[in-house]
Amino acid sequence: MTAFGKLIRTTAFRLTLVYLFLFSLFAASLLGYFAWNTRRLITEQITSTVNAEASEINEIYLRRGLSGLTWTIGRRALRPGANLYLLTAPNGVAFGGNVGSLAPGVMGTTGWSETAYRRLDEGDNAEHRALVKVSELSNGFRLLIGRDLDERRRLFGIVAKAAQWSFLVVIVLGIGGGIFVSRRVLRRIDAMTGTTQRIMAGDLSGRLPVGRSGDELDRLAENLNAMLERIEALMNGLKEVSDNIAHDLKTPLTRLRNRAEEALARAGSEGDYRAALERTIEESDGLIRTFNALLMIARAESGQARGNMDDFDAADVANGIYELYEPLAEDDGMTLRVKTAPAPLHGNRELISQALANLVENAIKYGKPNPVVQPLDADAAGAAREILIEARREGDTVLLSVTDRGPGIPESDRKHAVERFVRLEASRTLPGSGLGLSLASAVATLHSGELRLGDAHPGLVATLAIPARAGSSDRLAAQTQDVPQKAA
Amino acid sequence: MVTENLNPVTATTNHPNMRLLIIEDDRESADYLVKAFREVGHVADLAGDGEEGLALADSGDYDVLVIDRMLPKRDGLSVIGTLREKGNRTPALILSALGQVDDRIKGLRAGGDDYLPKPYSFAELLARVEVLSRRHGGPAEETVYRVGDLELDRLSHRVVRGKEELTLQPREFRLLEYLMKHAGQVVTRTMLLENVWDYHFDPQTNVIDVHISRLRSKIDKGFDRPLLHTIRGAGYMIRDGIR
Repeated sequence: MTAFGKLIRTTAFRLTLVYLFLFSLFAASLLGYFAWNTRRLITEQITSTVNAEASEINEIYLRRGLSGLTWTIGRRALRPGANLYLLTAPNGVAFGGNVGSLAPGVMGTTGWSETAYRRLDEGDNAEHRALVKVSELSNGFRLLIGRDLDERRRLFGIVAKAAQWSFLVVIVLGIGGGIFVSRRVLRRIDAMTGTTQRIMAGDLSGRLPVGRSGDELDRLAENLNAMLERIEALMNGLKEVSDNIAHDLKTPLTRLRNRAEEALARAGSEGDYRAALERTIEESDGLIRTFNALLMIARAESGQARGNMDDFDAADVANGIYELYEPLAEDDGMTLRVKTAPAPLHGNRELISQALANLVENAIKYGKPNPVVQPLDADAAGAAREILIEARREGDTVLLSVTDRGPGIPESDRKHAVERFVRLEASRTLPGSGLGLSLASAVATLHSGELRLGDAHPGLVATLAIPARAGSSDRLAAQTQDVPQKAA
Repeated sequence: MVTENLNPVTATTNHPNMRLLIIEDDRESADYLVKAFREVGHVADLAGDGEEGLALADSGDYDVLVIDRMLPKRDGLSVIGTLREKGNRTPALILSALGQVDDRIKGLRAGGDDYLPKPYSFAELLARVEVLSRRHGGPAEETVYRVGDLELDRLSHRVVRGKEELTLQPREFRLLEYLMKHAGQVVTRTMLLENVWDYHFDPQTNVIDVHISRLRSKIDKGFDRPLLHTIRGAGYMIRDGIR
């Protein structure tokens, strides 16, 4: 397609043509109306002037007879810019006035008519047009009084000229403006197209140019840029995940393979084989768990789990998780406690339970006080081995938190800790996939909330902060119930 | 702790000769399943696609159907849906590579009775299939469950072993209730988590084992005959004595 072809195909150009047509029509009708009205007005003026003069002269004739009439006409005809006068005898011979010649037949009829004429007192032979009134006097004489129509013609000429010019200007400006606007739009669209093509070719860092005018194209470009931002983040996330998968799944897979190989090469007895196979199964179970967690995170992050949302109370979730993990914590020498107030939520109950379970598992795993750093007497040691699950509502936010008295996470590491597969130095020796916090974070994000990691002085407080269910009442803060649990 | 090294394969005795239909298009895993089920004494037929599976399930008298979610010719859910429409109530277990919560719900809504995400262990599948089969047999829900000298009254919530009344926490009661309902059958940790706690996620820790060991300390401690057995590599079983 040629550049011009492209240009005239733009929406802007087509719109310009439509507007051009409409404006021309408008201008034409305006000028037409103006011209017609002016013409009518001038004609009316002439008619009334001529009528007034006719009755005046008629009176003079009645009072002073033909000679008075002739004298008056002769005098009036000499005045500058005078009207037209012609007095003819019944035989058609001119008797007085300032008209040299007329179109034939004008004097034959009485009343109004428009005619070409020549003046007597003008040197030129130019023909003019006039509006004249012919009346018959009582003695058979005919009197013509009229007025030149030049004024009307001139005015008409001016209007016509104005019309021509304005048409010219409208068309030139219209087409020029159309081309200008279309080219501008086309240039920006071309720039956008170019960028999108680069992006499609794989360069995700490209962004659409955004002007300063804040017009609809700028808004579109801004929105597309925001979308690209999100896509790039997702793509980077995907790449990061695949890198991490490559690393964190390949490592155990390699281990698995090595172990099988070793068993094949060295094992002598059936017992050896059995042990090797059992470890293989264990290891693959771990792999499957990691894989499931990754898929779950991916789904939560992509928002697919939004389908399964319903209304429930976060306090029930906290109590349920407390109930599930209390024996495990106790087995591990920790005390799990729960403190809940009604906290209505709308969300995926299963995912929120799992996120909270992950936080509790983390607290049990990593939340033990470090005896070297914190030498403790017996009482303090008891308090330090406590993990508190809390569900409450604060304004429009539901907070589900797990607080431990362990070493916590240094502030500088907190952001890092939420990332996939990240296992902070302190935890490298403990089993785990390193996905617990990322899943909790992804679940919070899915519910338009966030995972906050804070300092419990000492210890870590991990909080899922999720917007409360809209429309639920706020009467509940006072009803906090504390459920102290005996260490059975 | 009482941990017997029972083989899950020989541990189950209550369900000899189940007739199973396996609808699975992956030949290797299908053959593996058929062979594994035959080894534990069940009869398993095989269908390689949805249409064939539907025809077989419709005509044969099976105790349990094991259906892959994604099949050639006809989707697994549609097979179950069609069977249910025809009034065929044979319990169906769905195998799926899509292990997510909403997918599981979809499967159960379509008329499936249980859902197992791939990859699974055979012990897990066997345990679930046997529980389903028993459900199909449909013994009336009893009010009192008895295993040996252990008695659980579901109405009065009383648990008695021998002459001694045991005090259980509500959750321990439900755990025992589920185990006793399936006495003589292996129940896996995930089955317990799903049915007693109603969670469908996979805890990274041995959280269920701790609950079991608490329950065990209440019902078995101080009695000569342990009733609650750990089946290695599979789960738990409540049963009177070791065979």
